[in-house]
Amino acid sequence: MTTLDERVAQNGLVSRLIVRPEIGALIGALAVFVFFSIVADKFLTAAGVATWLDDSATLGIMAVAVALLMIGGEFDLSAGVMTASTALVTAILAVEVGLNVWLALLLSLVFALGVGALNGWIVVRTGLPSFIVTLGTFLALQGLNLGITRLVTNSVQVSGMRSTDGYESAGFVFASTFQVGDTPFQISIVWWLGFAALAAWVLVRTKFGNWTFAVGGSAPSARAVGVPVRRTKILLFMTTAAAGWLVGSINILRFTTVQANQGIGLEFQFIIAAVIGGCLLTGGFGSAIGAAIGALIFGMARQGIVFANWNSDWFMLFLGIMLLGAVLVNNTFRRRAERVRR
Amino acid sequence: MSALIEVDGIGKNYGNVVALHDVSTVVNAGEVTCVLGDNGAGKSTLIKILAGVHQHDSGRFLVEGEEVRLGSPRDALDLGIATVYQDLAVVPLMSVWRNFFLGSEPTVGFGPFQRLDRRTGRETARKALADLGIDLRDVEQPVGTLSGGERQCVAIARAVHFGAKVLILDEPTAALGVKQAGLVLRHVAQARDRGLGVVLITHNPHHAYPVGSRFLVLKRGASLRSAEKKDITLEELTRQMAGGAELEALEHELREVSSP
Repeated sequence: MTTLDERVAQNGLVSRLIVRPEIGALIGALAVFVFFSIVADKFLTAAGVATWLDDSATLGIMAVAVALLMIGGEFDLSAGVMTASTALVTAILAVEVGLNVWLALLLSLVFALGVGALNGWIVVRTGLPSFIVTLGTFLALQGLNLGITRLVTNSVQVSGMRSTDGYESAGFVFASTFQVGDTPFQISIVWWLGFAALAAWVLVRTKFGNWTFAVGGSAPSARAVGVPVRRTKILLFMTTAAAGWLVGSINILRFTTVQANQGIGLEFQFIIAAVIGGCLLTGGFGSAIGAAIGALIFGMARQGIVFANWNSDWFMLFLGIMLLGAVLVNNTFRRRAERVRR
Repeated sequence: MSALIEVDGIGKNYGNVVALHDVSTVVNAGEVTCVLGDNGAGKSTLIKILAGVHQHDSGRFLVEGEEVRLGSPRDALDLGIATVYQDLAVVPLMSVWRNFFLGSEPTVGFGPFQRLDRRTGRETARKALADLGIDLRDVEQPVGTLSGGERQCVAIARAVHFGAKVLILDEPTAALGVKQAGLVLRHVAQARDRGLGVVLITHNPHHAYPVGSRFLVLKRGASLRSAEKKDITLEELTRQMAGGAELEALEHELREVSSP
């Protein structure tokens, strides 16, 4: 900043902060945190913190990936079911076929990237809304999950991961715990924070991040200046699918059992967390850190309600109000972002 | 020296629709070639061929004396032909400097650690815009906060900065007020004086005449008039543009209608 124009002087710290997409989520997270810290005794204990961080972690990994995709102007409704599909592929290959867990994980990742690439390819080739394309993939995967699981195991679940080759080492990477004081914290929290930090860096500090904003903000403009729009979008779909694989792997190694109907409905939670985190439904604006905070709000509220001994039915009410509030706040902030320096 | 761009008897069909037929013109360095015409005259088809969006079906398209066939906008950019479209020049929610460098971002570092050089980006964008006389308060502001004229100017500055030899402007003044249009035309003249070849597409002869060196009037996909500035007056250009003989016939009819 060498030659600051004198007309910029009036933009203080407040207006600089207020145009950040994640600021609304941050304020919301603080409010939820303070609220449950007061009403629920267990909320602030080490074990309590470990519980709501754990709940936020797997949701947060997906929310961050979905946020990138939404900033790129697309949705992925198959993201929820993908967490089950990848877990099932890994479990079937390891338990039923007898492959080493690491090899099963690798093949499962290839499967996820394939589905992600297919989603992206159909969307950019046909120009159809990703909402409908991924709704199709969502239903197809749901059917495959149940159908293949039943064919292979004659039931709707795959279990027995504990006795497979490589379970110890893979479990250590994806599903171990670490001690802070005397309290065990899930390793998934580390994955969540690491993934969010990486995504945030990619989004604002790299070429690919710049292209992500551009293809979501205005794909024809981006194409006209030479941005590879199709490749960017396909890579974003593949990123979301890969995040689904990461969460699926964490789940299968932690619980050692997977239900074929798992993951259904989660896709909306991911989108909700991303929107609470400041993503616009129309694309081109949002934040990876915001989505991680959105997931944190989700986790804190869901566990806070339990700690406060309320009926968990109230969670949905809270969620609805939170979402509406977030959309209104995003809308206002976006207008401010476009206007504040005029 | 050969012209920057020369098209010779160029034509384009969409199925059995003849969109462009036997059109010829040249674009020289330091000159503005204006393409005028009513809606559906074939202006867009012509610039889409020049910009690499579509390919011509007949005739010859020469860039600096070499016959070419452009496969994509990227090919055109690589030959130094940059196009600024009326409505899709920029991404509104992105900051000015990010728009400026979109598709050609400056980076530091290698491999997975390659990242945007934000300081260079901001400084270069600010300087390039200032060089064209565009004084922005802050290059971090979203382009959506700029006026229509300023947005066009950002896109023009970008094309100039990235070494465009030919600048194609698609209706840059169409949606703008008088003052804004003036601003854009001033930058068109500036780009011309820097030695760029400019193709200015417009349907307003009053915008074309002051900056233009050569005028190509299209009608129904064919060339109606092609003239150097010294061979045509603004009145003549306006008359051609408005349909020439047809307009006189219309005026005549209207006079008959109004006199009882």
